[in-house]
Parts: sequence; C-alpha cells; structure tokens
Amino acid sequence: MTHPAPGAAGAARDGRLPAAYLSPGTASFTDFVSGVAPELLPGRRSLPAGMSLEAPHGTTIVCLEHEGGVVMAGDRRATMGNLIANRDMEKVYAADEYSVVGIAGTAGIAIELVKLYQVELEHYEKIEGAIMSIEGKANRLATMIRGNLGMAMQGLSVVPLFAGYDLDEGRGRIFSYDVTGGCYPEADHHAIGSGSMFARGSLKKIWRPGLSEADAVRAAVESLYDAADDDSATGGPDVGRRIWPTLAVIDREGVRFLADDELGTVVERIVADRRGNPGGAR
Amino acid sequence: MSMPFYVSPEQLMKDKADYARKGISRGRSVVVLQYDRGIAFVAENPQSLRKISEIYDRIAFAAVGMYYEFENLRVAGIRYADLRGYSYDRSDVTARGLANAYAQTLGTVFTTETKPYEIELCVAEVGRTPAQDQIYRLTYDGSVADQHGFVVMGGSTAAAEEVLKGGWREELTLGEALTLAVAALGADPAGGTARTLAPEQLEVAVLDRLRPRRTFRRIVGSLLADLLNAESPTKHAPESDESVPGHHDTLSGEGGARSSAEDASADRKPDTEPVPGTDRPPSPDRDTYAEPEVRPGEPPGSAHPAG
Repeated sequence: MTHPAPGAAGAARDGRLPAAYLSPGTASFTDFVSGVAPELLPGRRSLPAGMSLEAPHGTTIVCLEHEGGVVMAGDRRATMGNLIANRDMEKVYAADEYSVVGIAGTAGIAIELVKLYQVELEHYEKIEGAIMSIEGKANRLATMIRGNLGMAMQGLSVVPLFAGYDLDEGRGRIFSYDVTGGCYPEADHHAIGSGSMFARGSLKKIWRPGLSEADAVRAAVESLYDAADDDSATGGPDVGRRIWPTLAVIDREGVRFLADDELGTVVERIVADRRGNPGGAR
Repeated sequence: MSMPFYVSPEQLMKDKADYARKGISRGRSVVVLQYDRGIAFVAENPQSLRKISEIYDRIAFAAVGMYYEFENLRVAGIRYADLRGYSYDRSDVTARGLANAYAQTLGTVFTTETKPYEIELCVAEVGRTPAQDQIYRLTYDGSVADQHGFVVMGGSTAAAEEVLKGGWREELTLGEALTLAVAALGADPAGGTARTLAPEQLEVAVLDRLRPRRTFRRIVGSLLADLLNAESPTKHAPESDESVPGHHDTLSGEGGARSSAEDASADRKPDTEPVPGTDRPPSPDRDTYAEPEVRPGEPPGSAHPAG
C-alpha cells in the first residue's frame, strides 16, 4: 500500500509516489500538505457562520531572556468557561532543538498547530540539511497563525509565544504574535494569555539584564505565581498533587525541560518565601 | 514518416536494464552494514552532495547513481514519511512502507518511460534489537530485496562483497564495521592491490539503536579517524550529542558531550520532546471538546515523551 494518508489527493492509480511528492522545490511541509492533503491542515476547515462554541483554553505563558539564552514557562491549567478543563496540561513545547513554542488560546487547535510546526521545522532540517534561521522559524509560525484567521474570527483563536536561541548572534530571542499573524520581536521578557497582565507586571519588577539561569528560572515561576494569584484561569503551584509549571531553558546547547524534582525545589522555596509575604515584596 | 522497427519487449527491457546498469556502474559504491548497536552507512564521497540521508526517526536512505534522480526520491521519501507520521503516528512510519512506495515508483518508471532511473537505493530501519533491523535494497527496475547483514551498491560490487562476506559478523563494533566497510570500498575489482581510503574521502552515518527518537547521526572529523584506527581505544559512537552549537546530527569527536543535565531530565530531553497528540493512542474523549460543559478526561496531547 502506498497511499500515503487517508484522503491524500493525487495518489496515482499505479501505486507510484504521486507527482507532488517528486516535484522539486518546496522544503515546507505545510506547503506540501496543502497540495496533497489540505484537510489535514488546521486552518482549512470551514465552520458554520455565526456559531460559536466553548472549548478548553490554555492560559498564561511567560518568557524571559537570561545571560545564556532564554527561559519559557507555562502554567498547567486549561479552562472552559468557569470550569477547569485540565489541571496538568503542557503548554510549552520544544519546536526543534533550539526553539520552543508556548500556546495560549483554544487548546485543541493550538496543539494541532504546534504539532504541524514541529514537523515543519524537522522537515526543513532533513530536506535542506541545515537548521532554519531563528527569523525564518518565527516567520513560518506567523504564516501558520495567519492561516487560522478564519477560525480565530469565530472565537477559536490561537496566539503562541515563540522563543529560541539565535545561533548566529549567540543569544536568546523572543517573538510574540497577534491573532492576524503579526510577528513582533520582544526585548527582555514577555507574557501572553489571560494572566499575562499580572505576570508582565511581576517580570518588570524582577527581571534585570544578565540574570543567571537559576535566577531566571525562579523569576519565571514567580511571575506565574503572581499571575495565578489574580487570574482564576491560571493555575498556581499545586502542592497537593505536585503539579508544577512546565519550564524550558534554551541556550547554546539546545532546549532542556526542567525535571519535576528540580522544579519542585524552586516552587517550594517560592511558596515558603511568600508565607506571610503574599505579594513577594522585597 | 517511415514505420518504426519492431522491437520485442524482451529486447526493450534488456536495453533499458543495460542502460541503467551502465549508468550506475560509473559511480562509486556505497556499503550499508549492521553492527552491534545499529546500522552503518559508508560511501566513498568526498564532495558535499550527499548520498546518505536521514528519512525519519529510525529510517535512513543511501543511494548510488544519478544525483538528481535519487535526490528527488530522497525528498519524496521524507515527504512520505513526515506526512504519514503526521497523520498517523511516528511509530507508524516503517521502512517497508517506504521501500514499497519506492519500488512502485522505480518499477513504473522502468516500464512506462523511455529512460529508466539510473539509480540503486537502500532503505534501512534500525530496530530495538538487531533481529528487528530491516535493510531493503532497491534496483532501477523496482525489484526489492530484503537483506541481512550488509549491502553493497554501485560500481563493481563483486570484490567488495567478497571482503564483506569474509569479515562481517553480527557482533562487530562500529569501529570494526567501518574498517571492514572501508576495506570493501577500497577493494580492487580487477584483483589488484586495494586502495586505502582516508577519512576525508568518506561519507559516514549511523542509525544508532540506543538513541531516543531521531537515531541518525553523521560521523566526521577526528571521531571518524579514531573509529577507523585500530589502535585507538574508540570503538563506539559516543552516547550523547556534542555541545557545540548547531545541528546535533553530526558527531565529530571535537565538541565536548552535551552536559546539560540530560540525566536529570532524561525523560524530557529535546530528543524525546513531547510531540503533542502523537504520544498516545487517540482518546475518544477528544471528541468531547466540541461539547460545552463536558470535561475532557484526557489532556490534549498531554506530554508523556514520545520515545
């Protein structure tokens, strides 16, 4: 059986690989899929006009630069209206060896988008034999969000935060997006999602240039703590279940997710420091 | 216009096969062989136009013949594998499926088009155990052979096959396997003295059984020289990637090992990054997203690492 995927259009009847597979040119997986199996792309579905539905939403993602690169962290809560849809969802994903994506917005579509994005980067890497530039990666993500505009207008929006290590410049970079696919490089730190206002406020006070990695990890967790303090959709540290934020460190060696016990120590120290000092004044 | 001469189908096929074989035999050979921890690919190829390539997590590709023809099929194979992995699951991409697709393509071109492909391909998949390794050799007419142990493709293979038949065993270390492959590539088809190939003349890659997720690594530089040197203590590829910034698909022996607390976070290192939605069988609960007031029992793509 050589039929590559269910419903893949253009499969030649004699069983050989269809012409689209053999055509030279694009190193983009999304472009290829939009030719042979467009129904697999998240932005290509049509929804009945004037309808809206309630689906789980991901909430707060924070990101900040440190001396060796950049740190991204996300809380673990997904909400649906006033309900908690999920308390241990992961919202920060490694996009490739040197970049991560954090997602806020409609969880189902965001996860599909990240999955496609991961394949997109790996596909390029394999075909071209090289890693895409950080700007290239940021632009590819912008294109994907733009493709989702139709769904966004019906309430199913996805707004990611992208961060990576710039191999050419040797430092961490942060890119934010808007729902129309606008891509904005951010300096120092940024946060997205429902708790982002509080997290940004917190980061403004904690962040300073040349933070060490350990301080940056603590700052990220602390800003999520502050977001959870004031935003009901952001999950705080769940000490009972031992659910901590997802936290990725990106530096010259690549992406590394902090292990639960490592993160547990950081969270427990913050919780202890805030006892009797709930705002974390210093 | 005059009537074309009648050419019998036998003659037609024979002519095409001769034509393809002639084209292939002009190039240098490639050896693919199993070693104790994986599958090694060795080509005499000093230039940057690659004959060996990664296709998917545990699948790689090697080819000889016309560059633009096999490059086309290489890209098609990556597209095939990535689309299949995206629409099903990463574990559903197999070398057998890809070998079939290639065979159909080569066979159809051979029978229906005037000019056949002047290439030979090898598609290999590294298994969890040596017994699960799969090596398929495909020729210009679309025939597929399931090979065990080693494969030689290209120019004059008889002399190289003799060397490999004499020296290949299942428990070869990487160093021994590469040395054997290089000896095979250097063997003179006319029976004269064998050539010695320097590491710079070689393109070498492995599918390393022990690595999580993407198992393909190119081997270059001092690491390759050490592996080919019988006196050097290096017998195996290092188990961790190098810390030099850049593409981690290359092992050169020149950068230190990636220190980054890989052991501490072994379940989350980038090689086993959570691939949303691909890491567990689809849950029926997924369908409930559309219904308000129903709490999904399963986190969407909640990340247990894929590997």
